[in-house]
Amino acid sequence: MHDEPLLNVSNLTVNLLTAKSAVRPVDGVSYSVRQGECLAIVGESGSGKTVMNFAPLGLMPTGVTTILSGSVKLEGRELIGLPEAEIQKLRGKSVGFIFQDPMSALNPVRRIGRQIAEMAELHLTMTPRAAEARALELVKLVGISDPAARLRQYPHELSGGLRQRIVIAIALAGEPKLLIADEPTTALDVTVQAQILRLLKDVQRRLNMGMVLITHDMGVVAGAADNIVVMYAARAAECGPVDKVLVNPRHPYTKGLINAIPRKEDPIGSEFRGLPGVPPTLGAPIRGCAFAPRCELAVATCSRNRPPMVPTGDGNVSVACPVVNQGKAAA
Amino acid sequence: MTNSPVLKVENLQTRFKSVQRGKFIHAVDDVSIELYPGEIVGLVGESGCGKSTLGRTIVGLEKASAGRVLLDGVDLSTLSGAALRKSRRALQYVFQDPYSCLNDRQTVGEAIDEALLIDGRSSQDERDRRTKELLDQVGLANAVKDRHTRELSGGQRQRVAIARSLAVNPRVLICDEPVSALDLSIRAQVMNLFLRLQKDLGVACLFIAHDLALVRQAASRVYVMYLGKIVEQGPSQELYDHPSHPYSQMLLASVPEVDPRVEKLRNGPLLVGEVPSPTNPPSGCRFRTRCPLAVESCSRKMPAAHGLSFGHSAACLFAPELHEGRRSALH
Repeated sequence: MHDEPLLNVSNLTVNLLTAKSAVRPVDGVSYSVRQGECLAIVGESGSGKTVMNFAPLGLMPTGVTTILSGSVKLEGRELIGLPEAEIQKLRGKSVGFIFQDPMSALNPVRRIGRQIAEMAELHLTMTPRAAEARALELVKLVGISDPAARLRQYPHELSGGLRQRIVIAIALAGEPKLLIADEPTTALDVTVQAQILRLLKDVQRRLNMGMVLITHDMGVVAGAADNIVVMYAARAAECGPVDKVLVNPRHPYTKGLINAIPRKEDPIGSEFRGLPGVPPTLGAPIRGCAFAPRCELAVATCSRNRPPMVPTGDGNVSVACPVVNQGKAAA
Repeated sequence: MTNSPVLKVENLQTRFKSVQRGKFIHAVDDVSIELYPGEIVGLVGESGCGKSTLGRTIVGLEKASAGRVLLDGVDLSTLSGAALRKSRRALQYVFQDPYSCLNDRQTVGEAIDEALLIDGRSSQDERDRRTKELLDQVGLANAVKDRHTRELSGGQRQRVAIARSLAVNPRVLICDEPVSALDLSIRAQVMNLFLRLQKDLGVACLFIAHDLALVRQAASRVYVMYLGKIVEQGPSQELYDHPSHPYSQMLLASVPEVDPRVEKLRNGPLLVGEVPSPTNPPSGCRFRTRCPLAVESCSRKMPAAHGLSFGHSAACLFAPELHEGRRSALH
């Protein structure tokens, strides 16, 4: 095992400025991913999970000024402050991306084969012929039947699951060290979701890549990820190994999220368990704990000071909740 | 509870013209379902299986090519003009996306008022009173009525959409994935609203969803749809405990587990491939191309529904064996 993690993010803060408003979708988040490891980042919409991964790599909409602080190191190289031209070389090469909607991630008027080969030509400086051969290899790798024929097809001729496999093949074309998958199965059916998750896990292990799996669905985490970061309103609420966090959640938000998933034992027609209230809208940074207004454990200090991430002493699990951490200290 | 269904769908068929000349897409093919007053009934299946088209055909958003929709025993196709409009009001539709189903330029009050006007309430006082009552029923404060729908969160918008459909005192709500666009922590709140409406107002709900766990808890009965046909139906508990169609078995087995200890043990075969094109459905049983149990005779004739226990039936040759656990599609 290497000492240096593949990706090391520490105290990352993202401020977005538009003509009208300023928001902070990511507020002091730290995490790391080692080679061959999968990290799940779980959060609701607007929790900053996507911006956190895309902003340091320059994938932000135009018309928005992105201000980054903190540190994002990929293979020991600092990304923050790197000129766009340098970051462009990393995108698709060292870091592969998988997006939520496979239809809009593909070019509708170009053949599948060309779209995969293009990546190999660009990043591995292959000749077009060698790149086509590589495309065929990749299509086989992602488990598509009749690969040679598929390369000549257009995206609209394929089903959602096949399209997502093509997007994965494109992401793998540059031989990335790190794969960032943003809700890769959200647009897919539960049956196809299971196939794609198995495929992702399989290629990640086989190619020994690091993977960041961004999702809002706790259900996809257990089978795919080694570690998890739970995000709430731009901040990390809890992080640690999946075996610990999902089995014994500590932060009241993590607890609530896991508790909200319907279980087999729940009687039919019984009330659904959920969390009261609504998540805060993005705006100015919140002074205290962002979850305090919805939290049943909240005490007066919660709304005054921002709770720091504190290691719990249980196998790398850290929790940003003063009440939970205090209880730990007392016990 | 009365013993006659409020909504009865008999041998309904909806077909669309295909881009291939002279061909048709049989989106809904010979489907019969029943809904009793005050009952929540689930309709599950993969995307493209025709579940939304079935819902849309019931309310008249698509034209049926054959079959009947009976509301309180009255065939809707025999009605026209004012009588049809009146009957249609008893059937309301709740759409998946609460962002596109409301007019951004209307205030909440205007949106609901419009529905009340259509219902023929001419007195402004009465409409205001009813608006207040409806907002209260869906758990929104009366003050919300002066806000524009665009200012509301997803969960609030879905509540407004539900209030609008309730404005005309419907007997039946067709809910097409009503919570899948909502965040996990908000989902339970809206689901509990449906449970309450069913109890308090006696509205019958056809709950179209792909989230099987959600359907199990909310619905008393479930229909499983595959490629335009109902392949299995039964009381939720019975169907989830003893799925008796290979498709239902594999669909239920593909739901991921949240607990990593359980998830690691889950290693059943995945449902391979995806739903075939409804333009050219397989002969005989439509599931046979993906079915691990398929035998030669499956391609000849669509298997008849086998009655298994009270209200539980499955359209598979092996349904009795699958039901008793003497055979399984999973190993």
